[in-house]
Amino acid sequence: MSIFTGLPIKSRGLFSHPYVRYLFRPEWLLPIAGFAGVIALWWIIALFRQQMMPTPPEALAKNLDLILHPFYRRGPGDLGLGWLLLASLRRVCIGFTLGALVAIPAGVLIGLSRSAWLVLNPIIQVFKPVSPLVWLPIALAIFNAAEPSAIFVIFITSLWSTIMNTAEGVANVPKDYLEVAQVLEMPGWKQLLKVVLPASLPYIFTGLRISLGIAWLVIVAVEMLTGGIGIGFFVWDEWNRLNVSSVFLAVFVIGLTGLVLDYALARLQTLVTHRPARP
Amino acid sequence: MQPTFSQASQNSLANSFLVLENIVKAFPKPDGSQSVVLNGINLTVGEKEFVSVIGHSGCGKSTLVRLVAGLEKPTSGSLTLEGKAIRKPGSERMMVFQGYALLPWLTVRQNIRLAVDEVLSHLSRSERITIVNEHIEMVNLTPAADKYPHELSGGMKQRVGVARALATRPKLLLLDEPFGALDALTRPKLQQQVIDIWEDHRQAVMMITHDVDEAIFMSDRVVMMTNGPNATIGQVLEIPLPRPRDRHELRESGQYYDLRNQALDFLERYQ
Repeated sequence: MSIFTGLPIKSRGLFSHPYVRYLFRPEWLLPIAGFAGVIALWWIIALFRQQMMPTPPEALAKNLDLILHPFYRRGPGDLGLGWLLLASLRRVCIGFTLGALVAIPAGVLIGLSRSAWLVLNPIIQVFKPVSPLVWLPIALAIFNAAEPSAIFVIFITSLWSTIMNTAEGVANVPKDYLEVAQVLEMPGWKQLLKVVLPASLPYIFTGLRISLGIAWLVIVAVEMLTGGIGIGFFVWDEWNRLNVSSVFLAVFVIGLTGLVLDYALARLQTLVTHRPARP
Repeated sequence: MQPTFSQASQNSLANSFLVLENIVKAFPKPDGSQSVVLNGINLTVGEKEFVSVIGHSGCGKSTLVRLVAGLEKPTSGSLTLEGKAIRKPGSERMMVFQGYALLPWLTVRQNIRLAVDEVLSHLSRSERITIVNEHIEMVNLTPAADKYPHELSGGMKQRVGVARALATRPKLLLLDEPFGALDALTRPKLQQQVIDIWEDHRQAVMMITHDVDEAIFMSDRVVMMTNGPNATIGQVLEIPLPRPRDRHELRESGQYYDLRNQALDFLERYQ
C-alpha cells in the first residue's frame, strides 16, 4: 500500500485509470512481488556460486528449447518435458485411483464398525508414518519391475489420508440427517448410500486431495530411484549432467502440475457435492 | 376418514389418537446414576388437534417429542398411536426439525422427493412428482425449487422442512421448535403459513415451543411443562379462540390476554 502513497504526483493520472488500477490491485501485485523476491534470492545465490548455479536469465535461455517444444521426440530416451510429465501423471493416476478404490470402502467400514476400526486403525497408525519410499524395495521384490513398483508405491501413499478422512466423515454424519432417514423408515443400506456417503463426501474429498498431493510428491522421488521416463528421473538425470538450469525448470513444472491436480479435484468436489470446496 | 363409524365412536377414537401414559424418561449419567428428565407424563392428542408443549429450556419438551417420534425410547410407560405401540421411528409421525435437517447435497425439490419416494413408494412416479410439486407450491417455494439449502434463508429452509414433512402425508405432524431459529420478522409469517395449511388439511399436530404467543395463536391446547429434572405436565390450557385466527384481532381480544396471562403466570412460577 505504501508503494502507492510514495509515488510522485505526476503518475497519479495513470493510476486513476480503472484498467491500471485493476492491474495494480494488491491481489495481483503482492503475489507477483512474492515470486519476484524468490527469483531475486535465486539470483543472489547464483552470483555467489557462478560455476554451478545459473542466474534466472541464463536458466531461461538454456531451457527455452524445453519450454517451447514440450512434445518433441528425438530418440528413444530423448523426449520433451510434456511426455515425461504425462508418464509421471499416468503412474500417479493409476496408483491414486487404485488407492482410492481401496481406501474409501475401508474408511467407510472403519467409520461404521468399531470392530473394523479396532482391526485396521493400529495397522494404519503404524504404516502411515513410514515414508512411502520404504515400500519401493518391497514392491521391487514382489513385482520385479520398475513400472508396477512405482504404481504400487503411489497406491500405498494414497491410502492413509483417504482412509482416515473417510472414516472421520462417516463417523461424523450429522445426527439430524440420520434421524430424517430413520423417520422416513429407510432401510440401512439405503441410509448408507443416500445419506451417509453423500454427507461424508466433503471429508472424503479432503482425504483424496491430501493423498493426491502426497502422491505427486512421492512420484518424483520414486522416479529418481527407478529411472525410466518421468519428471523425477529427468531431475536426477539433468543433475548428473550438471545441468541445474533444467532442474529449476522442473521445480516450476512440478509445482504448477501439483497445483493443477489439486484444483481439478477441488472442482470435482464442487461438482459432486454441490457445495463450495475449501481451498 | 371412515364414514362407517358413528359419530360417538369416531369421537372416542379421535380422543385416543395419540396416547402417552405414565411416561418416564431417564438418561444414564457419566457417574452411573440416572438423570430423570421426564417423570409421569400423561397426554392424549386428538386426530385433528393442534397441541403445543411449552416450557422452559431444559424441561425435556424436546425429549418428549423425540419419544413420540420414536427417536428415543421411554424408560417406562407406554406410547400408542391409534392403539398401536410406538417402538421405532415411522413416517406416520413425521418430524420438522429445529435445525431444518435438510440434506445439503440435494435441491429443495430433491429433498422433498427423497422423502416422498421413500414413504409413498406405492404411488406411481408421476403421482409422486405431482405431490412434490404441490407441496413446493403450498409453501411458496416454486421459484426456489431447484436451489440448494445453502442458497436459502432460514425461513425458506424451514418451509422446505414443513413441505417435506407434509408431503409424506403423516398422521401426526411433529414440530420441534420449528420457528426457534428464525428471526422475529420471519417467524410470524411462517407461523401464519403453517396454520393456514393446517386449517385446510386438519390433522394431529404436536408442536414444541418456548414462545407463549406462538403456542396460543396456533394451538387448540397448550400443554405446560414444569421444570426439569423430573419434569411433568403442570397445567393444560384449552384455547377456545375461534378459527381462523387473526393475529391482529387476537391482540384486541380480552380472552387472548387472559389466556396469555395464565400461561405466563404458570411459566413465571417455574422460573
